[in-house]
Amino acid sequence: SRTSNRVTSSISGIFTKRKLDQELLDELEEALIAADLGPATAARLVKVLGKDRFDKEITEQEVREIFAAEIANILRPVAQPFALKSLKPQVVLVVGVNGSGKTTTIGKLAKQFQAQGKKVMLAAGDTFRAAAVEQLKIWGERSNVPVVARETGGDAAGLAYDALARAKAENIDILLIDTAGRLQNKAGLMEELAKIIRVIKKLDPDVPHDTLLVLDATTGQNAHSQVEIFKEMCQVTGLVVTKLDGSAKGGVLIALAEKFKLPVVAVGVGEGVDDLRPFEAEVFGRSLMGL
Amino acid sequence: MFDKLSERLSGVFDRLTKRGALSEADVDEALREVRIALLEADVALPVVKDFIAQVREGAVGEAVVKSITPGQMVIKLVHDALVKMLSAGEETATAISLNAPAPVPIMMVGLQGSGKTTSTAKIAKRLAERQGKKVLMASLDTRRPAAQQQLAILAEQIGGRSLPIVPGEPPVAIAKRALQAARLEGFDVVMLDTAGRLAIDEELMDEVAQVHAATNPHETLLVADAMTGQDAVTVAKAFKDRVSVTGIVLTRVDGDARGGAALSMRAVTGCPIKLLGVGEKIDALEDFHADRIAGRILGMGDIVSLVEKA
Ligand SMILES: Nc1nc2c(ncn2[C@@H]2O[C@H](COP(=O)(O)OP(=O)(O)OP(=O)(O)O)[C@@H](O)[C@H]2O)c(=O)[nH]1
Ligand SMILES: Nc1nc2c(ncn2[C@@H]2O[C@H](COP(=O)(O)OP(=O)(O)OP(=O)(O)O)[C@@H](O)[C@H]2O)c(=O)[nH]1
Ligand SMILES: [Mg+2]
Ligand SMILES: [Mg+2]
Repeated sequence: SRTSNRVTSSISGIFTKRKLDQELLDELEEALIAADLGPATAARLVKVLGKDRFDKEITEQEVREIFAAEIANILRPVAQPFALKSLKPQVVLVVGVNGSGKTTTIGKLAKQFQAQGKKVMLAAGDTFRAAAVEQLKIWGERSNVPVVARETGGDAAGLAYDALARAKAENIDILLIDTAGRLQNKAGLMEELAKIIRVIKKLDPDVPHDTLLVLDATTGQNAHSQVEIFKEMCQVTGLVVTKLDGSAKGGVLIALAEKFKLPVVAVGVGEGVDDLRPFEAEVFGRSLMGL
Repeated sequence: MFDKLSERLSGVFDRLTKRGALSEADVDEALREVRIALLEADVALPVVKDFIAQVREGAVGEAVVKSITPGQMVIKLVHDALVKMLSAGEETATAISLNAPAPVPIMMVGLQGSGKTTSTAKIAKRLAERQGKKVLMASLDTRRPAAQQQLAILAEQIGGRSLPIVPGEPPVAIAKRALQAARLEGFDVVMLDTAGRLAIDEELMDEVAQVHAATNPHETLLVADAMTGQDAVTVAKAFKDRVSVTGIVLTRVDGDARGGAALSMRAVTGCPIKLLGVGEKIDALEDFHADRIAGRILGMGDIVSLVEKA
């Protein structure tokens, strides 16, 4: 598959059948590092392999299978599809750094929820970026779902509040709230996000029911900082990994799964409305290892 | 994360401060720590390997300066090598070149969401304000919803001009129309903002190559996110191959990413990093400084000035 080109090519050509020695372990470790697993996670995975198999004959296929299985084991607990609840409305807040794919993911989710018979509404909470509102409106039109918006420059928390009030009045099943992209190290912008949550809680203390952090698969080790800070600032309940149709593998997810244990509710595999898939641990592990 | 490298290195060197020169074994042990630090900073593995080999050569046998610890000395060696690699020995940042007959075409390329459209407006504003240039901006992004509108709004915000939008017009035609309009209306520069695309998307890479062939840009800037991981080499190579990139714009340098992708892309393309995006606002654009990025990749800045004073 496309997400695994580099690992595949670095592992193939290493050997057909040969003794598992230190040199081979080092090469394997490098292949994992090149897939964004990070030096620590790569070292640990390789150590597990070395412990069981050192000095024994092993084939390329076996190595891939072992790693894929190990990765799937780590990821299985976090592979949890997005859960629809019978709330009216279920409120989903979508957050993340700039350009990660929040608005696009909302457009895709809207279509999926609607296909499941839900009444969906979108809130254009990115009141900062040029044409962010227009972008979400076009996504709304694609699935024919209403978009609550104000003009750019307005107050995002107020907009979210209005949207929730409207969703309640109109008997909506799911309200998806878009937010402006923000870097996690910017305290002021993170505080604005906290404010959105505080303000919508005035209407209903249980909202948002879900807070999805959208991560770009091209991102390297900075994803650790993103998850850590967004989680702390706005109680993230799940992750979406986008752009997995590219050459980047999203390997950082393995360490994230171990450290934060947040469900990965979906993955983005393209720019089209149907390019959203459930996250499957086995598929991810096997495709990362080129199986 | 910050200063972890210096801690690690002082650990490695604690026991050998009294010796006169760095042995191969000392250097190897220290460079193992440097290697991990670079990988944690997202420098791509092949680039890390080349880099380490280079530093190793310079470090072995280097006399230990009395007043500082060997750990700090290795850091200085590594830092200097990083600066050299990031700047290719150039003292000052390489500016965007406008040294061509007007209207000078500048094309922006990169992955989805990397910051192309925002950077287009930032650069247009800078060229207008600092060099008094008349800049026309054109969006060739016919794919992302409201992309053309985004650039039009940004152009308005900076009091600049954007090419009127003709719905349904394909990218190559838009680019040609932009050049034509610029010629007729006496613009100095035409900024061509393209749609985001994956380096492995053959169809879209073909499309951008066609735009390039049709417009022959004087500068083709690869816009890349400072948070990019190991994939930076694949991306940079692919764009360099298809549209002969002339420079890199690194965005989101206002984040807390260590920015190793800068080194990866500099190394594999040989192209200078020309500008840094440091925020969402239209004036959040800075010149590239190799020493700052080097300090950032190493997760430290002050040690180096400390060493320099010693
Ligand atoms: N190839 C690919 N592109 C994607 C995917 N998801 C989003 N994109 C693209 O990434 C770019 C950014 O997507 P947006 O949805 O605007 O991202 P955002 O997080 O809302 O951005 P800001 O609101 O500016 O922070 C667009 O060009 C999208 O088409 C994906 O899964 N695959
Ligand atoms: N913090 C920060 N945000 C930036 C910077 N440059 C761009 N952005 C933000 O990143 C997001 C994406 O920027 P765009 O300019 O739309 O990116 P693009 O490459 O044109 O995206 P596509 O056209 O969808 O491929 C927006 O939210 C911008 O405000 C930067 O240097 N720092
Ligand atoms: Mg958005
Ligand atoms: Mg754009």
